[in-house]
Amino acid sequence: MTDEKKTLIIEGKEVEFTNEPNLLEVIRKAGMNVPTFCYRPDLTSFGACRMCVVEVEYPNGRKMINSSCTMPPEAGIKVYLNTAKIRKIRKTVLELLLANHDRKCLTCDKSGNCDLQKYAEEYGIKEIRFPDKAEKEYLPIDDSSPSLVRDPNKCILCGACVRACSEFQGHSVLGFANRGSRTLVQPMNGRPLGQVDCVNCGQCAAVCPTGALTIKNETDLVWDELNNPEKTVVVQMAPATRVALGEMFGLPVGENTIKLMNAALRRLGFNYVFDTNFSADLTIMEEASEFIERLKAGENLPLFTSCCPAWIRYMETQHPDMLHHLSSCKSPMSMLSPVLVDLVPKYFNVNRENLVVVAIMPCTAKKYECKRSELSTNGKPDTDYVLTTQELGKMIRGAGIDFKSLQPEENDSPFGEYTGAGTIFGASGGVAEAAVRTAYEFVTGEELNPVDIKEMRGTTNRSKTVELDIKGTKVVVRVVSTLKEAEKAIQEIKNGTANFHMLEVMACPGGCINGGGQPRSCDDATVKIRRADGLYKEDTELPFRKSHKNPSIIKLYQEHLEKPGSHRAHELLHTVYENRFAGSYKDIK
Amino acid sequence: MTVDSLHKIDTSKLDEIINQYEGKKSNLIAILQKVQEVYRYLPEDAMIYIGTKMEGLSPATVFGVATFYAQFSLEPKGKYEIKVCDGTACHVRGSMPVLNAIRNKLKIQEGKLTSDNGLFSLETVSCLGACGLAPVCVINEKVYPQMTSDAISMILDTLLKEEGI
Repeated sequence: MTDEKKTLIIEGKEVEFTNEPNLLEVIRKAGMNVPTFCYRPDLTSFGACRMCVVEVEYPNGRKMINSSCTMPPEAGIKVYLNTAKIRKIRKTVLELLLANHDRKCLTCDKSGNCDLQKYAEEYGIKEIRFPDKAEKEYLPIDDSSPSLVRDPNKCILCGACVRACSEFQGHSVLGFANRGSRTLVQPMNGRPLGQVDCVNCGQCAAVCPTGALTIKNETDLVWDELNNPEKTVVVQMAPATRVALGEMFGLPVGENTIKLMNAALRRLGFNYVFDTNFSADLTIMEEASEFIERLKAGENLPLFTSCCPAWIRYMETQHPDMLHHLSSCKSPMSMLSPVLVDLVPKYFNVNRENLVVVAIMPCTAKKYECKRSELSTNGKPDTDYVLTTQELGKMIRGAGIDFKSLQPEENDSPFGEYTGAGTIFGASGGVAEAAVRTAYEFVTGEELNPVDIKEMRGTTNRSKTVELDIKGTKVVVRVVSTLKEAEKAIQEIKNGTANFHMLEVMACPGGCINGGGQPRSCDDATVKIRRADGLYKEDTELPFRKSHKNPSIIKLYQEHLEKPGSHRAHELLHTVYENRFAGSYKDIK
Repeated sequence: MTVDSLHKIDTSKLDEIINQYEGKKSNLIAILQKVQEVYRYLPEDAMIYIGTKMEGLSPATVFGVATFYAQFSLEPKGKYEIKVCDGTACHVRGSMPVLNAIRNKLKIQEGKLTSDNGLFSLETVSCLGACGLAPVCVINEKVYPQMTSDAISMILDTLLKEEGI
């Protein structure tokens, strides 16, 4: 590839290009666009849907129809985006897709956010020439997964989910099956998604252009709780949600909307608004201490971070022999919930029986996490419901709240105060950076300066190795996002070439800011960069930037938890992992 | 091969086949062909094993390849694999009556692959490239040209007799 500037002509306008991978990117950079179902900048070009076709005129006068997502840009060509011929092709593609597509848009969870619906409107499809399928031709909907719903009747076979599962997670739970008109996207042999080695990361749903893969919508359950006057409903929200929710209301990508979120959640009827960032700080207190202990003892290294539920499930099903590497710390969400269950009744005079804990997460796998039996107290789950950022956005819209014009509000103390270290948890590298900020000071007793560890940051490089010098002790941290990169790190450990002491894993590319439950980000690879920037910006603006400086955390330890790793801390904040190899793919009798 | 062994997979046998093809995913089709030779079909567990064992593959991917190609069967095939050509030439020269005659004789219902005793499996194929001999049947690689209902009936009688039925 070369950085040399060349030009081509799009719709009569001269456009410069350098090393764009395909014509579609050049078109978008020029401020124009073409429709597409299957092109996702973070995935390989597939050329399946044929919606992005353009007419290309070569300098010798030859004209061709080409799919812009698979065609490399060439100097001197003239590109037409909307000729009569192209519009006819696109319209035919749409009609053929609609021919065997479920037409019950009203009840579809993707309604209003569906590419097929959008293009059908834009291309003026007022009539579908082909008859609807008979009722018996409809395939059953698979809602066996705790996180996702798969409706094969809405699949247009663009293959984005298949590529996401393979290229991000290296896991390929979803694949194509059969051929021709009988082609389907499904897990192995049509098994239910809830019964295969799916880690519930939701990246398939995040790239799906239609309602074929959607997040399991649980807003009704939460509405019921909010409308029940007997219940006290408390809420916590993950770091990454605050820099993404605003996008659903037309705010700039990456804008930190935490104070508007606080206000919106109260308008929805939540009684107390806390913050998962607070327990991210708590996680660091425990995890940094655990890391220091392991380093001193030289045991169970490298330490694997344990915040990501998709990663935990991956370890439990694929590498049960390495569970001892995982930090025993619960995820921030699952740390805060038992603390709330324990202390909210005491602090706010609420009956435990009537307390409902809701978590707003960027993540579909958290829906699975909250149902894990070990994350419950006396048989009742600590986190009652997990809603994704998308679901919260829908609730806010549904309640008629004008999000942008809300007055900013603070959250409720004492489980709402957080530091910059807590907020950067949402981006790949953030957990490790936060841990090092605290571990350094715990070990050396000296101030870490500068606080930033920029080498760990960055959402596009999915694997980073950072060497740190903690007063003469060399500590190597590996930061990865996507399970494909995590698997590489595991293989290094297995074949003895691993040189790192800590492995931070986030299953979604770029970290939680690009999670499966976040508002749509699959059209633009820079969305995750801007969301991460939003978190790092908040980090610099907060009065405290290290978890152990959080006054509310200090107070929590003084009054209830004694010190990191104490007996009570273990009861509330640590967990055990289960060998879930049985029933996984590799378990062949 | 006994019928019993059809349902249990022998992972060491699968390893042998995978190793024979250097575990390369580009050799997947050849590997699946070998596996089908051993089991007369592709058992689900064998596909899962190959999908987890070989780098760059997954059970869903292997399943995708296995269901893409008509040559692979996900159900056990009979001792006698009958293929009735239903290409254009065979079709117009009467392959359907031949197919129905086989179905009636062996009591294989429409939509089913294998007779209840597991001896015969029956499928149609799109073209065997022997249009001059239409309609054509193939039983275990042996080609029977210019079939009629009566002719195939006699052939099957011979096979049934050999099997003592």
